[in-house]
Amino acid sequence: MRDVAIVSFAQAKNVRRELDANEVEMVMPVVSEAVEQSGIPRREIGFTCSGSCDYLAGQPFSFVSALDAVGAWPPISESHVEMDGAWALYEAWVKIQIGDIDSALIYAFGKASMGDLPDVLTLQLDPYYVAPLGPDSVSMAALQARAYLEATGRSERDLAAVAARSRKDAKTNPAAQVTGDFDPERLLGEPYLVSPLRKHDCPPISDGAAAIVLASGDLARKVCKRPAWIRGIDHRIEAHGLGNRDLAKSLSTAEAGRRAGLGTGAVDIAELHAPFTHQELILRDALGLGNEVRVNPSGGPLAGNPMMVAGLARFGEAARVLMDGQASRAVAHATSGPCLQQNMVAVLEGE
Amino acid sequence: MSESLKPVTAIKAPVHLEFSYTAGRASTRFLRGMAQGKILGQRCPECGKVYVPPRGSCTICAVPTDVEVEVTGKGTVTTFCIVRIPSDSLSIDPPFTCAHILLDGADLPFFALIQECPFDEVRMGMRVEAVWVPKEELGPTFESIKYFRPIDEPDASFESYKEHL
Ligand SMILES: [Zn+2]
Repeated sequence: MRDVAIVSFAQAKNVRRELDANEVEMVMPVVSEAVEQSGIPRREIGFTCSGSCDYLAGQPFSFVSALDAVGAWPPISESHVEMDGAWALYEAWVKIQIGDIDSALIYAFGKASMGDLPDVLTLQLDPYYVAPLGPDSVSMAALQARAYLEATGRSERDLAAVAARSRKDAKTNPAAQVTGDFDPERLLGEPYLVSPLRKHDCPPISDGAAAIVLASGDLARKVCKRPAWIRGIDHRIEAHGLGNRDLAKSLSTAEAGRRAGLGTGAVDIAELHAPFTHQELILRDALGLGNEVRVNPSGGPLAGNPMMVAGLARFGEAARVLMDGQASRAVAHATSGPCLQQNMVAVLEGE
Repeated sequence: MSESLKPVTAIKAPVHLEFSYTAGRASTRFLRGMAQGKILGQRCPECGKVYVPPRGSCTICAVPTDVEVEVTGKGTVTTFCIVRIPSDSLSIDPPFTCAHILLDGADLPFFALIQECPFDEVRMGMRVEAVWVPKEELGPTFESIKYFRPIDEPDASFESYKEHL
């Protein structure tokens, strides 16, 4: 295996509705910042890969026009995943492993404000038996939350504590959308949105963009004082049908974590792509993260959840903590699909 | 085969989504220009190329194109075709002429209709000008320009537009 590291990360401020900039204008400053920070000249970056979703943009091949933001002429080596940018990072990591390139630019963007996000997310469901019934994303998450609370004996108070901690930690994250000090007891006085979930259990709807530069071995050491090495990375998928799996557990996360080498040592922090409060607890259980592990010091998706971006941002936020020297081993996690259907786990280490 | 054994060949699952696009900063400036009968492009600060309509970025240099440039409605046909296929989404009946037009001072041709010109006289290098809707109908839309028509000027040389085909 080649050593591969995250050497830079940039992201736009998460906002509920970006009315000024279109996708290209959202992506361009973020890509420029990440490339500049990486110290690798743009023309020397070996591969570019993006993550986005046409259903959010409401137009086919919307990722092609986003290439206006990265300088794709003369033609560059480029690819796209119709998934969270974390999967674009995975593709770039594989390409670096193959050995013909030493660096890659990964970017992701999502502008959910242009459509009705819960309706858009319904369309990722089984098109024969589920999507025609029109269940929305919050209702499906609530099914999972109920299953989790009943199976584990955890309480809605535990969920409120996750929300309060996330928003508090987000106060120091300039990209965060929902921040502040909230008393969990008072949060429990709020009405249900979809029982057992209240508004604070759900992520905000966000517009945003993020970019990461990866570099291999010597190049990473040359351009970055303290690269965030990807020591292991794996992703696993579970059944499409919600009834075919145990919603209270995340077997795919546990398996991905095991294969990424999580069990070989302690971790200091974890950035988990858990859009709903109960999902953070499910992921903690699956990865065996104890109370000593600081989860989502950035505030996580509960503080800002741009679709297709929030997973890649977890990798960036975890890497940032390592690059800053505040921790030496971290977990980055990304999810996709309803109720944590697909999960990617990476173990990152500083030097 | 009995009725009950006929295969189910399709289901109906109608999908309806509505989107509100964000024009973006560059397109907003361009569209506001249209409402005033002006054609506004943007110049790349690095390579100097002028984009009309502007996309807010230079696709080559990947930098914001923040220098605004006004160009006139005069330009050159770089390539064209005669459309004879009807379509419900068209507001015009075929046959009609579509062309790529490179406005004077711009570096990016765009797609537009050519009218007031017989089909067998349309040619590459032909000089054309924009025909605008009446002033009171101008709005923040590309449709403020109705079409392009030929003008009485000698054809542009192939050399002058071959980089923009
Ligand atoms: Zn340029």
